[in-house]
Amino acid sequence: MTEMLSMSNNAPLFVGMMLLKLAVVFGVTMGIVAYATWVERKVIGHMQTRLGPMRTGWHGLLQPIADGLKLFFKEDIIPTQASKVPFLLAPMMILIPALITIAVVPFGPDVTVKGFLVPLQITDLNIGVLYILAMAGLGVYGIVLAGWSSNSKYALLGGVRASAQMISYELAAGITIIAVFMLSETLSLREIVALQSGSVIDWYVFKQPLAFGLFLITGLAEINRTPFDMPEAESELVSGFCTEYSSMKYALFFMAEYANMIVIAAIAATLFLGGWSGPLPESLGVVNLLGKVFAIMFFFIWLRATLPRVRYDQLMQLGWKVLIPLALANLAVTGLVVVLQQ
Amino acid sequence: MLDSYLPIITLIVVALGFATGSIIFSRLVGQKKPSEVKLAPYECGMPPVGSARERFSVKFYIIAMLFIVFDIEVVFMYPWAVMFKRLGMFGFVEMGVFILILLVGYVYVWKKGALEWE
Amino acid sequence: METIFFYLVALVAVVSGFLVVRCQSPVNSALALVNTFFCLAVFYVMLYAPFMAAIQVIVYAGAIMVLILFVIMLLNLGTEARKRYTHGVVWAAIASLLVLVNVVFFIKRGRVTGAEGDITDYLIKTEGHTELIGKALYTEFLLPFEIASILLLVAIVGAVILAKKDV
Repeated sequence: MTEMLSMSNNAPLFVGMMLLKLAVVFGVTMGIVAYATWVERKVIGHMQTRLGPMRTGWHGLLQPIADGLKLFFKEDIIPTQASKVPFLLAPMMILIPALITIAVVPFGPDVTVKGFLVPLQITDLNIGVLYILAMAGLGVYGIVLAGWSSNSKYALLGGVRASAQMISYELAAGITIIAVFMLSETLSLREIVALQSGSVIDWYVFKQPLAFGLFLITGLAEINRTPFDMPEAESELVSGFCTEYSSMKYALFFMAEYANMIVIAAIAATLFLGGWSGPLPESLGVVNLLGKVFAIMFFFIWLRATLPRVRYDQLMQLGWKVLIPLALANLAVTGLVVVLQQ
Repeated sequence: MLDSYLPIITLIVVALGFATGSIIFSRLVGQKKPSEVKLAPYECGMPPVGSARERFSVKFYIIAMLFIVFDIEVVFMYPWAVMFKRLGMFGFVEMGVFILILLVGYVYVWKKGALEWE
Repeated sequence: METIFFYLVALVAVVSGFLVVRCQSPVNSALALVNTFFCLAVFYVMLYAPFMAAIQVIVYAGAIMVLILFVIMLLNLGTEARKRYTHGVVWAAIASLLVLVNVVFFIKRGRVTGAEGDITDYLIKTEGHTELIGKALYTEFLLPFEIASILLLVAIVGAVILAKKDV
């Protein structure tokens, strides 16, 4: 029986492994963020019988790098009427929660390093899912502040709409995932994956298909993507809460959007699709997880090419009058089935 | 505790460093040619009319207030869900009563039209 | 190590608390308050109460402060609210002094280091904080829990009546 690596039994190794995992996860996330923009433009392009970016590199493969460089050298505009401090803080307050949520997602089985067990996860919190919800809740500030501090009508409207939408769907998402904990009896993502690792049949998506669907819909609304991209409805609100932003500050909003997309996909994969376990063998855990994450992200991009934007009143009604009752009904049915089985 | 939360603190520092670093770097290398018109709020090319800081529809406050109340309700359900299988039928009934009382509130809100977005 | 960290977070908490009072713009004050709540959450984690920490962030920082920000931003009190309030400073000073004396008294008198009771650090580590809270809340404290739902119902009705006078 090998011991779990911790601060008390080998502090230098623990810190070293922690930094290594941090560097890898952070690097991979940023890499996916960069290339998700390219994939999105390519996929939507082909769906609309266009080619998408073709000029920079082979099939436009260098496009994200070109975009990044361009944004670095753009002028950083701070409108004279803007409130400086919140205007500067807003892009950070939206990106940081998005990036640190990924810390609780497990990406592989435990590995043995120098006789110690090291979990392939930045950290395993026993309140894992609550941590995710808390961080999702903090994401609202970035948007509402960006909208307000710009002192522009479009930005303010976009920010207020986005925040009202986010809090409404946060509620629905919160109720939806409770059904998973009723089955798992734990909030730790690591244990939730372990419970699903038997075979594909053990995945919670088969026990909670409705919850999975609700979670994807609320997830889409939380990250303000089509068909729920009201805050950025360019036909009426120009660019929503980030209208007045330019240069790297704008890029941070952009990165946050894709980072959030990765986070939602990773959480959906972990809670409902067995995370890193299955269908490929355990040693390929990272491939399993990334495959599921990419599949869900592709689904999100596909939706963007397919669905029109919903109207704002329809959006709020969907959240409050359809999704919340459905999620509650799902809880009741799950509870009844579990109790009767005992 | 330290074992679990040290990585998170480190990650916050890394993310903060990345965000501030890229903003500062772009300020250093980016061009700076500010002009009065460029720094004005965007209004489709027209001169801006009035201030953006107007009073807002009461709808948004209702949403925010209802969110707080229902969020607290949801918070109560997490420890319950985790203990659910161990509480059994007893747990099911007690949470049923809790949710039924709040459903009364939900129906009230619906009937009063606070969820309409006219 | 943990003591240094505690004092660091405590410093941030107190400074942001001070900024809440001192900031010119109410939005900056609200942001400072969010930061104070965040520091409180860190304290909960250090007290081996991670569930409380998560709730602190979800409910206070994530829900209540959003409403406060909404009110500040969208109500737009304009210039009359910017004026500095000077009345009642003396009484406020006396009241805060009394509170300070009170706090110091109880800290001096009580045992602030080491928790005593059935729920030990070891139990929290092995069983999980959320599980322990669930066990206590849904067996021992069942009545207060059900009463909480009535309290929330009153809050819902109150919110609707306040906001929708015309219906």
